[in-house]
Amino acid sequence: MLWQQLVNGISIGSVYALITMGLAMVYGILRILHVAHAGIYTIGAYLGLYFFEATGSLSVAIFLSMSVCALIGIAMQRFVYYPLLRFPPFVPLIAGIAMFLSIGEICRLIAGPYPLSFPAVVYLPTLNVWGAFISPVQLLIFIATLLVLLFQWFLTSKTNLGLMMRATSQDMELAESSGINSKKVIALTFALGSAFAALAGILVGINYNQVYPAMGDMPAYKSLALIVVGGLSSVPGAVLASLLLGMAETLLIGYAKIPLPRDALAFIAMIIVILLKPQGLLGRRG
Amino acid sequence: MGYLYTVLTTLIINAIAVLGLNIILGHAGQISLGHAAFMGIGAYASALLSTKGGLSFWFSFPLAVSISGVIGFFLGLPSLRVKDDFLAITTIGINFIVQAIFLYVPFFGAALGIGGIPKPKLGEFVFKGEYYLLIVFAVLLVGAFFSFKFYGSWAGLASEAIREDELAANVVGINPVRFKLMAFVLGSAYAGASGSLYAHFMGFITSDDFGFPLSVTFLSMLVFGGVGTIRGSLIGAFVLGVLPELLRPLAQYRLLFYGLLLLLMLRFCPGGLASLVRLKK
Repeated sequence: MLWQQLVNGISIGSVYALITMGLAMVYGILRILHVAHAGIYTIGAYLGLYFFEATGSLSVAIFLSMSVCALIGIAMQRFVYYPLLRFPPFVPLIAGIAMFLSIGEICRLIAGPYPLSFPAVVYLPTLNVWGAFISPVQLLIFIATLLVLLFQWFLTSKTNLGLMMRATSQDMELAESSGINSKKVIALTFALGSAFAALAGILVGINYNQVYPAMGDMPAYKSLALIVVGGLSSVPGAVLASLLLGMAETLLIGYAKIPLPRDALAFIAMIIVILLKPQGLLGRRG
Repeated sequence: MGYLYTVLTTLIINAIAVLGLNIILGHAGQISLGHAAFMGIGAYASALLSTKGGLSFWFSFPLAVSISGVIGFFLGLPSLRVKDDFLAITTIGINFIVQAIFLYVPFFGAALGIGGIPKPKLGEFVFKGEYYLLIVFAVLLVGAFFSFKFYGSWAGLASEAIREDELAANVVGINPVRFKLMAFVLGSAYAGASGSLYAHFMGFITSDDFGFPLSVTFLSMLVFGGVGTIRGSLIGAFVLGVLPELLRPLAQYRLLFYGLLLLLMLRFCPGGLASLVRLKK
């Protein structure tokens, strides 16, 4: 039973990780809290459902949705965030919240306020790992997350492009003066993060078989807490924090009788981390 | 007329909370996305004191204001160790946790909320409708006057110095933590006053009334009107408060309009409406 709970927890945590990674990447490079990221997650789920119904193929739908969301992410940073960087940090933050609100409303107006079902069938086996069952959708979540993590690791630590990304996030001006086109690097960061968020949206949509306008609400605020726990700009920290939270949440529901909703757990963890280790689990000091 | 009084009372109650937020953000430069939590603390304190404690409004209101200020102190003490983005997220967390406590602890009425909160009375006379509006308006005036005085005071100038450059302020002998905390406590007390007035106005409160979206609304009002000015806080609270009433026929598109308006405002005029007014002079 405990083992099964852990497997469920890791699958929830993997989805959190997919969402939170983009947020950590964006924070690392622009030092802004990109609340509208969860809006892209919602759009991704809707687009995925739309393309799935139009083409009948899940893989095509995932690919198209990720691509469109990457473009939306680039547009957001180009037209909203980039011009606001010279203002105090609450200005881009509120702009992000305003975009997030608007995206939820647009989805509601176009697709209706009710949850739509996502009738995709995943052609993967149900695995039995030491007595715990892994459903096909959970397996898909594990595979997708693993692929994204591998891709991200390869990109940041083995390629020139990744070196440019790391350099830009360390010091944008210095990176520019050594010939890095920081605008392109920022755009790429947003594109990748947004594509991952879209993937997370589709996976959640299939897993719970529903897509609805407010589905981004909880991820929006939870992922903010998660990047704090992980160390703001640290992508590995964000992934670790997400997996831990996923497991803690499922175990809390399964065993503890604490009269607090599971959604408050992320914030409690965050406040403890801020008090004890303000640089986060894997963050750099200062 | 009843409708008009209700709208006006709600507007003013919000304006009082926004004035408080202006002290925290506009003065001391600290982002708070949990302002609704402190409004909730004031509302619940006032509701409990007057229903379970049997106190009249004239006692429960000042007590609720003080309780919000004190809780603001104890929540601000750890929160203000962190800055900017961290503080924004921490205050979001405070909002969710405070709301969860109201929702899950039976002492606070849990999911049922607290009902039967009495209107203020003086002898046999009950302050309702336009008379309650008068009380609320009086509190707004006192709040705005106090804000105005705070601007010119030494403490007000010190917290502005912290907003502009914390390190420099520290070097000239201003203790940042002390003044940030003071701004936070004052702002929380304003929110508590607003919450207490809300509780006695509605007669019934639940934890849903003080959720994170309300905090966002307060911040939007402040940003829309113009951060850092009293008139900005008031303009923002009134314009964004009246708009939903005017747009009632377009109820479907109301939130979208609100979101886009805020986005355009931030993108093209981050100083808010108050800065537009100043430009024309």
